[in-house]
Amino acid sequence: MRYVDEFRDGEMARGLARAIAAEADPGRSYRLMEFCGGHTHAIFRYGVQDLMPPNLRFVHGPGCPVCVLPMTRIDQAIAMAAEHGVTLCTYGDLMRVPASERNSLLKAKADGADIRMIYSTQDALAIARQDPGRQVVLFAIGFETTTPPTAVALKTARAEGLKNFSVFCNHVLTPPALRTILASAGPDGVQLDGILGPSHVSTVIGSRPYEFVPVEFGKPVVIAGFEPLDVMQSALMLVRQINDGRCAVENQYTRAVTRDGNTKAKALMAETLVPRQGFEWRGLGELPNSALRIADAYADFDAELRFPVAPGAGKEIKGCECPSVLRGVMEPIDCKLFGTVCTPENPMGACMVSSEGACAAYWSYGRFRQPKAAAGAGKSAAA
Amino acid sequence: MCLAIPAQILEIDSASDTALVSLGGVRKPISLALVADAAIGDYVLVHVGYALNRISPEEAERTLALMRECGVLEPVEAEASQELLQ
Amino acid sequence: MDQSRSRKPRFAGRLDLKHGAVDMSHGSGGRAMAQLIEELFRRQLDNTLLAQGNDQALFQPPAGRLAISTDGHVISPLFFPGGDIGCLAVHGTINDVAMCGARPLYLAAGFILEEGLPLADLERIVASMARAANAAGVPVITGDTKVVERGKGDGCFITTTGVGVVADGITISGDRAAPGDAILVSGSIGDHGVAIMSKRENLGFETEIASDTAALHELVATMIAAVPDIHCLRDPTRGGLATTLNELALQSGVGMQIREEAIPIRPEVAAACELLGLDPLYVANEGKLVAMCPGDRAGALLSAMQAHPLGRDAAIVGQVIADPHHFVQMETSFGGGRIVAWLAGEQLPRIC
Repeated sequence: MRYVDEFRDGEMARGLARAIAAEADPGRSYRLMEFCGGHTHAIFRYGVQDLMPPNLRFVHGPGCPVCVLPMTRIDQAIAMAAEHGVTLCTYGDLMRVPASERNSLLKAKADGADIRMIYSTQDALAIARQDPGRQVVLFAIGFETTTPPTAVALKTARAEGLKNFSVFCNHVLTPPALRTILASAGPDGVQLDGILGPSHVSTVIGSRPYEFVPVEFGKPVVIAGFEPLDVMQSALMLVRQINDGRCAVENQYTRAVTRDGNTKAKALMAETLVPRQGFEWRGLGELPNSALRIADAYADFDAELRFPVAPGAGKEIKGCECPSVLRGVMEPIDCKLFGTVCTPENPMGACMVSSEGACAAYWSYGRFRQPKAAAGAGKSAAA
Repeated sequence: MCLAIPAQILEIDSASDTALVSLGGVRKPISLALVADAAIGDYVLVHVGYALNRISPEEAERTLALMRECGVLEPVEAEASQELLQ
Repeated sequence: MDQSRSRKPRFAGRLDLKHGAVDMSHGSGGRAMAQLIEELFRRQLDNTLLAQGNDQALFQPPAGRLAISTDGHVISPLFFPGGDIGCLAVHGTINDVAMCGARPLYLAAGFILEEGLPLADLERIVASMARAANAAGVPVITGDTKVVERGKGDGCFITTTGVGVVADGITISGDRAAPGDAILVSGSIGDHGVAIMSKRENLGFETEIASDTAALHELVATMIAAVPDIHCLRDPTRGGLATTLNELALQSGVGMQIREEAIPIRPEVAAACELLGLDPLYVANEGKLVAMCPGDRAGALLSAMQAHPLGRDAAIVGQVIADPHHFVQMETSFGGGRIVAWLAGEQLPRIC
């Protein structure tokens, strides 16, 4: 696969690993937050941490839109399907995420709700066209990468007069989340020396929106590509900035990211979606101007207006440390529920269900590093 | 977040603003609604059935060249870094 | 030749195999059902034991221990690139019997048909079963048919039971893997799962990949002839290679170490998995097997497998180690390490 395989080459990885080891100052530590869940997944899946010197650690961030979606929003989506009888279209990632009362989209589907897994917003539009008698709701989630497809769906629905189509909008924004993490960084919060910026969010929004990070928080940012070699090269670029005492936004993913991003996509988003005043993020609390709702001009396609449902309690399971894991202050193995009560079979929180969640990634790929955690996990696997 | 994968445009249907792309021999129809001036032969990033952006072949080459450069060290430095890795 | 063919037809009109469909009378035990069995099932599956027309088939078991296995097949779509539910059912049960080193002898097949299933489809399925059974030398000697109301079945469900015989001295079992054993696979992984997924409407991708469904008993016989002391054999069907390795690790109380570079995978399968965000290690196979044998016999076993058409792409992918946690660890093609976990449920395509 072109532009994929070259960036996974083991030989090059060893070369980069040597370079990082040579340049990393043994007298200090490098704590690099990989903000994006896709990076978490890549790091674990390829074992990138193994190739880093011991004083360089990746810290997991909240860039996992499934993980930060509050339980109440899933409750509301289920209610739309169960109480209003809509056809709810969702991406596969959400099917098993625990909602309140141990419910989930998958369980609701088994109970008879019309919940369908889609791959693209185009699929949801097609379902709406096929059956004009049914109300079809797109359960829209994701950061700025997944938002433009929703914008296209809204515009298309308007152009075609698809009266039975609407969107339940849960899109969230990266810069405010980054700001919250950095604001809470410090001796009592998460310890950070640099940020690996998200790959595909950045292809849309460009590198410009990260410029506040060095200016306001004095931390370097390197926008990193999606493949493991990209992650390694970006780590090297951060090491160099940190060593040199420099602090800037650098772009490693130049083959797909420019300063201004995708102007066409940004325009479509601006036309159909506007910032919400506030939005609750699982783990990070209420963040102002951090999420999007449907613009007034497209209000007739807003599922929240068309199908009002009660917000629901959305109580986190006691002992679940997803909020701390999302903030980077806790490792999955530090959570008492990890590997004992909370396993992929029986996830307590979103970090274990979403394959990008740190807990799931750790369970799937990294448990063998920690005999203590492994012992607990091994028992439950055998159970 | 955001699984996106580079794929090559094989065919374009301007009427529906869609393209047929190929990734390693697997062909898939996707929407071009988010990308202007896409051409056959271009590589685009595909996410949830949409092309998000074009991949720049020149920049890709430059990135790979930089990576290769990084891996080439003087023998003395290479030994020192091996010790660090152990 | 089958005697039933030379008799005069016993039923007033022939079955309309072109335009007819299964209806409730075909499962009722009356004449309609008898006609379906005679003109469709027996015509296609055509062997002496089946032709006896009893509710059971009698045969003399050869010397040795008997192995028996059963499988329900519920695949949708019924027809897919490289096969259909019919040959899948035959191959699947032959393979399950063969995985303990048994020589498969006979199959039994139970059909649950949904009212409305076109007879043309049913004929196609049964003809495919017949071809697969004949090619493998393992006839379907008894069967059953039931019909359920429209909406209560996915067109056609097939349960196949197979019986085979194991020669003395052969002990192949999932609990026999031992530290030092080599781990081998017989060919590329993920073909079947990707072929099926390509037919699912909303995933909408085109590929040349066909299912690898195949009967593996002759490959197994070749392998045992070369290395009688094979410890484990299993075919990685649902859940893929990763699930099978985890199952065996737990059953044998061992751990495993495999190398990603060594695992054969077709480029198109890898690409399809990338597009959907799936890991090929968890994607189903229907014509492949995993083998574990003493380390010093690995070379001989590999040669024997590669000499057989169904094992041409066989490879040694790792070894069994002692590990109280029963992890399956993998050295990635990138050079790092990861574990290959036992998934909770089915892998779902993801966007993130």
